[in-house]
This record gives sequence, C-alpha cells and structure tokens, in this order.
Amino acid sequence: MMSVRKAWSVPYCACIGMALIALALAVLPFALASVGTTWVRITNLAILFILLSLGLNIVVGFAGLLDLGYIAFYAVGAYVYALLASPQFDIHLPFWAIIPLGALVACLFGVLLGAPTLKLRGDYLAIVTLGFGEIIRIFLNNLSAPVNITNGPQGISRIDPFRIGGFDFGRGETFFGLNFSGPIKYYYLLLLVLVAVIIVNIRLQHSRIGRAWEALREDEVAARAVGIDTTRMKLLAFAMGASFGGIAGGIFSAMQGFISPESFVLVESIMVLAMVVLGGMGNVWGVIVGALLLSFVPELLRHTVEPFQRWLFGRAIVEPEVVRMLLFGLALVLMMLLRPAGLLPSAVRRRELARRSNLP
Amino acid sequence: MDTFIQQLINGLTLGAVYAMVALGYTMVYGIIQLINFAHGEVVMIGAMVAFSVIGALVGADTGLSAPIIVLAGGVVAVPLCIAVACTMERVAYRPLRAAPRLAPLITAIGISIILQHLAMMLWSRNPLAFPQILDNRVFHFGAATVTSVQLAIWTVATLMMAALSILVYRTRLGIAMRATSQNPLVAGLMGIDINRVILATFALGAALAAIAGVMVGTYYGIAHYTMGSLLGLKAFCAAVLGGIGNIPGAMLGGLLLGLVEALGAGYIGDLTNNWFGSNYQDVFAFIVLILVLVFRPSGLLGERVADRT
Repeated sequence: MMSVRKAWSVPYCACIGMALIALALAVLPFALASVGTTWVRITNLAILFILLSLGLNIVVGFAGLLDLGYIAFYAVGAYVYALLASPQFDIHLPFWAIIPLGALVACLFGVLLGAPTLKLRGDYLAIVTLGFGEIIRIFLNNLSAPVNITNGPQGISRIDPFRIGGFDFGRGETFFGLNFSGPIKYYYLLLLVLVAVIIVNIRLQHSRIGRAWEALREDEVAARAVGIDTTRMKLLAFAMGASFGGIAGGIFSAMQGFISPESFVLVESIMVLAMVVLGGMGNVWGVIVGALLLSFVPELLRHTVEPFQRWLFGRAIVEPEVVRMLLFGLALVLMMLLRPAGLLPSAVRRRELARRSNLP
Repeated sequence: MDTFIQQLINGLTLGAVYAMVALGYTMVYGIIQLINFAHGEVVMIGAMVAFSVIGALVGADTGLSAPIIVLAGGVVAVPLCIAVACTMERVAYRPLRAAPRLAPLITAIGISIILQHLAMMLWSRNPLAFPQILDNRVFHFGAATVTSVQLAIWTVATLMMAALSILVYRTRLGIAMRATSQNPLVAGLMGIDINRVILATFALGAALAAIAGVMVGTYYGIAHYTMGSLLGLKAFCAAVLGGIGNIPGAMLGGLLLGLVEALGAGYIGDLTNNWFGSNYQDVFAFIVLILVLVFRPSGLLGERVADRT
C-alpha cells in the first residue's frame, strides 16, 4: 500500500494519469446524459453508495467491528435533512447548516449505540447493531401518531434541493452552451464530497488513530497492553462511520426529494456490507471498486436478465431484482470461501485472514 | 385482569415458538461459537414446505382428518429442513471453521439472503395462506380464551423439548455433543467424530426449526418468504436472554421473551398514555437484548463469560 507521503510526492507520469482520470470524470456525466439522464442518476446513487461503503469501511475494515445496522445512520442523516428542509414542519434551513447537523446527530446515535455495546465481542455486536437498525426503522414507520413527526410509511416528500443563493441544484441551467441538468450538478457535488471523503479516509488510515484501529482489529489484548484505550477507539470508529453515513443520508434526501422508511431496510445495510467485503475490507480503493461493481452490475442485470430469459425460455421466470439479491448473497459467501480478503485486499487484512488457528 | 391472562396465554404460545427456534441457535453456538444467521430461514422453509404439503393434501380431497394433514406437513418439512441445514453447514461453515469469526458470520448472512430469495422464486412473492381446515375450538377462562391450536402448540413444544433434553443428557450423541462444546480438540482426541457431531447439532436444530415453522404458520395462518428473518432475530435474542450455549436457558429465554412481547404490546398503550401502541411490539426483543448484553452478558442461566476471544 502506498504511504501518504509517497502519494503526495507523485512521479510525473502518475500526475498525467491522475489528470486523465480527472478529465474523464469531469466529462462522464455529459457522456452519460447523451445516453439518458437515468444513467446520471444511477451514477449519482453509485457515488452515494461509495460514500456509504467508505463510512462502513471505517467501522468494519479499519476497526474490525461488524456493523449490520449501518443504514440506520444513513436514515438518521436523511430524516434530519428532510425534517429541516421540507413542508413537513414548514422549516426550510439551508443545506450547509443541516448537513453538518445531520452528521452530528448520526454521530450521536453512533455513540448512543456504541457506548453500551462496544465492550461486547464481535458477533454480539453484529446482532445488536442489526437490532438497532430495525428499531430505527420501526420508529420511523410509527412516529406519525399521536404527533406526526416522520409521516410514517408515506414518508416525507417535496424535500428542498440544495441551494446556494440563486444556484439551485434541483433545476437545470445552461452554462457556456452546456446543459447542466439537476442530476449533473449533483454529480459534481457528489464527486467533490467523494474526493474529500477519500482523502480523509486515507489520511485517517495512516494516522495515529488509524494505526490504533489496526492494532485493535489485529489483537485487542495486545492493543490494550501497549496503551491504546480500546473502548474509546472503538467508539471513535463508530462515531466517524456514523457521521459519514449521516452526510450521505442528507445528500440522498436532497437529491431524491422524497424519502420513506422503505429506503432504509436491512437489505440495504447488507448491500453496503457486501460492497465492503467484495472490494476488500480495510482498503479504500478496494471498497470503491466493490461499491461500483455492486451498484452497476444490478443495473446491467435489469437490462439483460429479462431479454436473456425470453430468448432462452421464451418467458421471464426470474425477476432482475431476485437475481440481484442472489448475486449479493453469492458474493458474500463466495468471497469469504475463496478470497476472504476481497478483490483488492489490503496488505494487513490479507495476512490476517490467511492466518489459520490450530482448531479442528 | 382478563387482558393480563389473555396476554399471558398469547405470550406463552409465542414463547414456545421462540424457545424452539432459540434452541437451534444455542446448540450451534454452544458447539462452534457461530451465530447461525440463516437459522431463521430454516424456520421459513419449514413453514413453506408444510404449507405446500397441506395445501396439496387438502386439494387432493383425501378425506384425512385435519390434524393428520398438518402432521403430514410437518413430517415432510422436517427432513427437508435437516437437509438444508446440513448442506449449509457443509458448504458455508465447515470450510471456515478455523477462519476469523467475522468470516462465517458474513457467509451466514449471504446464505440467509440466498435462501430467502430461492424460497421466493420457488413459492411466491405473496404470502401463502393456510387452508382453513382446523376447526379452531375455543375454550373460555373468564373473558380470556385459549384455542385448540394454542393447546396443540404447547403440547408439541413441551414434548419436543423433553425429547431434546433426554437426547442431550441421556444418550451417547448427547454426551459427544456436550464434550465437543466444552473442548472440540480434546473431544476429538477421545475418539469423537467432531464433524459428525456438528452435523448432528445442525440437524437437531433444523428439525426443531421446521416444527416451529409449522407451528407459527398454523398459529398466524400465513407463511411468507421473509417471515424467518425477524423470527430468527427474536429467537436469537431469546437465546442470549437465557444464556447462549445453554439449552435450558434457551427454553426459559424463549418463554420469557414471548411473555415480555405479549404483555408489552398489551400494556404499552396504557403505560405511555397511548403515545406508543402495540405497533412497537417488535422493538421489545431488541431492547431486551441490549439490556441483557449490558447488564448480564452471560444471560440468565449462562455461567460462561461472554467475552471469549
């Protein structure tokens, strides 16, 4: 793995490579828009999922704590934004005030969940986090009576888009003869956030905190012996992962304009986990690859599964949605059996997962 | 007072089902320290298979009496569920037995998703309805009522748990299971075929799960491909409540959790001035889980420390 210092003093040809990638990413939405605006939206959602996976990667990959209720933090961020920028309570705060607030609230929930449970062993933690995710969803579903807060299963609609002065992310505009539609604006915003999150993640991984997490993940007893406050470090991982989820949730809320508890079910948590596991727990680039794969392959399936079946059997037997879920399940099982460190494993993680104990 | 007795009756019925499922979790955990995440799906498959068989028998107009038909459903469901669970163990868990704990837990989640969606493809996206064949006789106790289905569930659950206790504490297989759960390495050295014992444990758990599936399906009159996940989670909470790895603990935990849920759902409206209603029923199990893990991680009857690495 590249150390940070090396990454900064990049050689000449790497600079050109980066510039090319940046250019490609800048042109991408227009190329996609020429195929169809749907593809820009799909790309935006894929970037959101990368953000989520990177957040979960802090918890699962860096600190080695299995969190199965991660989507709850996403939900918290999304609902904080929706409640403070929609006709629901007729509050319309600007986004730059709500997004940090959403991150903070999600972080608080992370600490709230983490504080009593982080002393537990890993697999208990998994179940508790799963339960927590369910509790959040049940509350979102039911907090519509006697006081209507979340509007129950109907969800909250007409959520404000991002707006800076007269610049509205929800509307299309034309600059320099190019048509910047709403989704394209969000694309650039998401890209900006993504770059920031990637930098934060890489810096974090090689910082004192990151090394403490790694030590903790490798051997908790040894970590404690060298003076790491393990509970505090775990809590920190939880809080950080949660706040990233909160930020992603806020953006999701603004981008979609509508949210309901349906978007925050257990399957989504598992999907994000599958992305992290597939790409390689603990490796930022691996996680990005995993998230991209699991975001785009299902879209391809959506367009190929039915015609393929019609051609093969004469009728559609399996829906693309089912194939997608089977794929997630298979990805989890096969990755663990065949390549437990992921497609792009982090060096340390690979060593760890290859280690076998002498139990039968 | 009548509400109390009625909720007690409902709670005991629910609790009997939880206890049966919790036993599967606890036995597997006791032996290989794995949370068999896909156990809930085995319950679901049990219910689905039984419903198909029952539906077919009812449709074929065989003239058999209703309890026999339900029994036939169970008889078909049990071996199928055992086969599913054993395949699961063989394919997804055995190769990872020496891997870090995170690995089998993740495969378990994967297996759970796969089973759910295979079931959806095989049966249907919509709930299967239980054919109305049982004449549900109702017995009155004051204003509280007990149905014959509830009585049947109690009887079967009691019998199954008694049989399991005899098997675990009185037979050679039981001795081998307990030995393996204490120390698999030494048990292996004493000539116990550990792989067979583990398979047997999965099979036992699956048999109980299948019967629990038939019970819960008959009780609610409905079976759905997602019914296993929440039921499984709650049963896991019950197992932790009783002390995971501890067989009497799972029975106690299941019954207690059923009671907590039923009484909680019955009284939460009155207690919170109707701020919260019975639609929060599903939250109780998780609150119980968190409370237990914080204040008594070894559970009610468990003596082992939970923090084993």
